[in-house]
Amino acid sequence: MKRGTIIALTITAICLVAVPRVIVNEFYVNMATQVLIYALFALSINMMLGYGGMVSLGHAAYLGVAGYACILLNIAGYDQLTAAVLAVLLSTVFAGLFGVLSLRAPGLGFIMITLAIGQIVWGIAYRANELTGGDNGLRLPQRPRPFGISITSAENFYYFTLIVFVIALFFIWRFSRSAFGASLMGARDQPRRMSMLGHNVWLVRWLTFVMAGFWGSVAGILFVYYNVFLSPHAIALQQSAEILLMAILGGTSTLTGPVVGAVIITLIKNVASTYVERWNTLLGAIFVIVIVFMPYGLVPGCRQLWRRIRSKLARRTPVHIDTSGSCT
Amino acid sequence: MQWQFWIIQTLNSLAFGGLLFLLSSGFSLIFGLMRIPNLAHGAFFMLGAYFGYSMLARGGNFWLVALVAGLGVGIIGIALERLVLRQISGNEQGQVLVTLGVSFIIADICLLAWTGDPMPLPAPQALRPPLRFAGYAFPTYRLVVLGIALVAAIGLYFLMERTRIGAMIRAGVDDMEMARGVGIPVSRLFTAVFLLGASLAGIGGVLGGPILNAYPGLDADMLPLALIVVILGGAGSLLGAFVGSFVVGFLYNFGIALAPDLAYFVLFLPMVLVLVFLPQGLFGRVQM
Repeated sequence: MKRGTIIALTITAICLVAVPRVIVNEFYVNMATQVLIYALFALSINMMLGYGGMVSLGHAAYLGVAGYACILLNIAGYDQLTAAVLAVLLSTVFAGLFGVLSLRAPGLGFIMITLAIGQIVWGIAYRANELTGGDNGLRLPQRPRPFGISITSAENFYYFTLIVFVIALFFIWRFSRSAFGASLMGARDQPRRMSMLGHNVWLVRWLTFVMAGFWGSVAGILFVYYNVFLSPHAIALQQSAEILLMAILGGTSTLTGPVVGAVIITLIKNVASTYVERWNTLLGAIFVIVIVFMPYGLVPGCRQLWRRIRSKLARRTPVHIDTSGSCT
Repeated sequence: MQWQFWIIQTLNSLAFGGLLFLLSSGFSLIFGLMRIPNLAHGAFFMLGAYFGYSMLARGGNFWLVALVAGLGVGIIGIALERLVLRQISGNEQGQVLVTLGVSFIIADICLLAWTGDPMPLPAPQALRPPLRFAGYAFPTYRLVVLGIALVAAIGLYFLMERTRIGAMIRAGVDDMEMARGVGIPVSRLFTAVFLLGASLAGIGGVLGGPILNAYPGLDADMLPLALIVVILGGAGSLLGAFVGSFVVGFLYNFGIALAPDLAYFVLFLPMVLVLVFLPQGLFGRVQM
């Protein structure tokens, strides 16, 4: 790692740890927790989107499967850890099945199938009254007490989320730098050549799909712990679209992009919902504007701008604008 | 009376299948030609229902209202194609996501304009009393909806197979590059297909109004059904949309009537089977 990177990481880490101490107001601490949960959602979908070029509109299905499973297991009397582990496991198995079906059609069919499956999960949650409580949703009996520590306060829950988030971030970062990540990018850009080189393109995509489903499920569990409640409303198409938009807005070709996207969208959503009722219009408008005007997202866009400014200041020849590896 | 139940449910399924055909035939054509799953199609359907509601509330003739509302939605479809999708032509993934964004905007504007309450559309007076035949009652309006869908299917078939513009659309679906090469004005075809598809969805919305009502969330209920129809039947194929619509219509309707908790799950099964064994759909012309 370069010295600059280490300094930046240290500063970010200190800021993240200091958040609840600086903004004592519970409302804002909760908002920071939400940002972390959504950032994890966005990072998990970006494993498929950014590195694999697979656009999924069914990511909220993992929130649905893992979340409902976790609550139901809790209600059935299992202890918190068993419930969480089983829920993530079930949801990951579900991701495996989901992946087999979605990957039958490459490209645009993939979007349609993921959307259809996501809506089917939503429809089951909505209709299966006896199991999921239908429109009324289900309440989680209580938040867990990891190692006997209570995480009911906003501050403690923020730290709990932060720890899970950092662990996930580490694994997703390793994933993006690994040989597997490279073969995934190869499968995205040159599937034919990759198969010719002996890579099983389908398997690479499927494994990515399952891993993204796993981290999506973990984020789903966090979401349920945070809200202590889950209803079909939370797993509607809007949720999947928001998560996808976060990754695209921030920039899919980077690791920071989805996090930045999650920060921006969560803040806009929270601010907008206090002033206007029309969040969906705003969401749709941001969608259209981002895709028409910023197809590569904010982070790569800003980097380009920064490089251009720097090269102008240094009065060098204009730098080559790097758009390789970007996808929308 | 047991038989009466089956008769009603069968007719409900047929009428619902007809509505799905109006919705998904346009969706399938747009997808086949432009390679865009138009995710605003459910919103077009809902918009048609709301337009119909407002015009009927002012005392319009039902059939005229259906046509005018359909045309209105068609114009919005053209606006979407010309003003937004054109801007990012070539970026198909972006186009899909833009249609999703537009569908959110349309849905939210509908909520603003028509509030969150379900709005029932009155069926034409003459079609309200059920037909009585051999001691059983048949819901007249649903029979008429089925009839209209069949007429639309035959009309679309002739349009696609027997007219010049249909031949051009088929050429575009099969091989876009070649179609351009031989001088077919493909970009004008895009607009025409969008007008046709959006209008059909809008008309479907009005016709579906007396059965389904206009309510927020109608778009999100209909869109996945249209997707499943196209996944089942295959993209770009009129026959596929036709067969798929009635399969989904029956499964969904009987699912709701017999096992309401599992209605969505029932839809999942045929989709899984088709995807596993026939990934292009039953009658697919193009690769999804």
